[in-house]
Amino acid sequence: MFEFLMSGSLILLVLSIFACLYRVWKGPSMPDRIQALDTIGITLVGGVAIFSVLLGTHAFLEVILIVGILSFIGTIAFARSLERGVVIERKRVD
Amino acid sequence: MSARELIELIGPLFIFIGTIFTFLSAIGLIRLPDVYTRSHAASKSTTLGVLCTLFGAFLFFVITEEFVSIRLLLGIFFVFLTAPIAAHMICRAAYRSNVVLAEQSVQDDLKPFLKEEGMKD
Repeated sequence: MFEFLMSGSLILLVLSIFACLYRVWKGPSMPDRIQALDTIGITLVGGVAIFSVLLGTHAFLEVILIVGILSFIGTIAFARSLERGVVIERKRVD
Repeated sequence: MSARELIELIGPLFIFIGTIFTFLSAIGLIRLPDVYTRSHAASKSTTLGVLCTLFGAFLFFVITEEFVSIRLLLGIFFVFLTAPIAAHMICRAAYRSNVVLAEQSVQDDLKPFLKEEGMKD
C-alpha cells in the first residue's frame, strides 16, 4: 500500500510537470510561460518531499526551502522585467 | 494489517491527495482559455496540493520517527505565503503588457481605471 501510494503520487507529479512543460512550449504569451515555470517550481517542492518520505531521510528537507525561495524570486524578477522593462528600479534623487 | 501500519498510512494518504490536486491544477493549466483564468488553476489548487503533500510528509516523520521537522513547517508557511503573491504579480504584468482576455470573458473592470490613469500621465 505504501509503495502504491508513493509511486502513484510520483507518476501524477511527473504527468503534471509534463502538462506544465506543454504550456511552456505552447503558451501564446510570455506570462503564460512564466506561470507554467512557477507551477513547475512549486510541483518540484512536492516531489522533493515525496522523495524524502520514500527514502526515509531528513537530508532533503533544506532543498524544499531553497527551491521554493529560488522559484519565488525568479517569478518576481520575470514579472517585473515584463511589466516595466527593468528588474530593480532606481529612483534618481536630483 | 495491524493498527500501527494503518496509522503509518495517514501521511502517504495526505501526500496522494495533494498530488491529485496538483494533477487537477495541471489539467486546468492546459484546458483553460487565457492567462487570467489559468492563474486560478496555477495558484489556488497547486498551493493546496503542495500544502497537503508537505503536511503529509510532516505527519509521516512525526508518526514513524517522532521527528518534528521545523524545516517542513517553514516550507509550508513559505509556499502558503509566496504562491499567491507570485500569481498576483504575473497577472498584473500580463494585464499591463496588454495580453488580451479570452473571447468568452464578459466584463473588464480594470480597463476604465487604467485609461484614466494613462490620461493623467
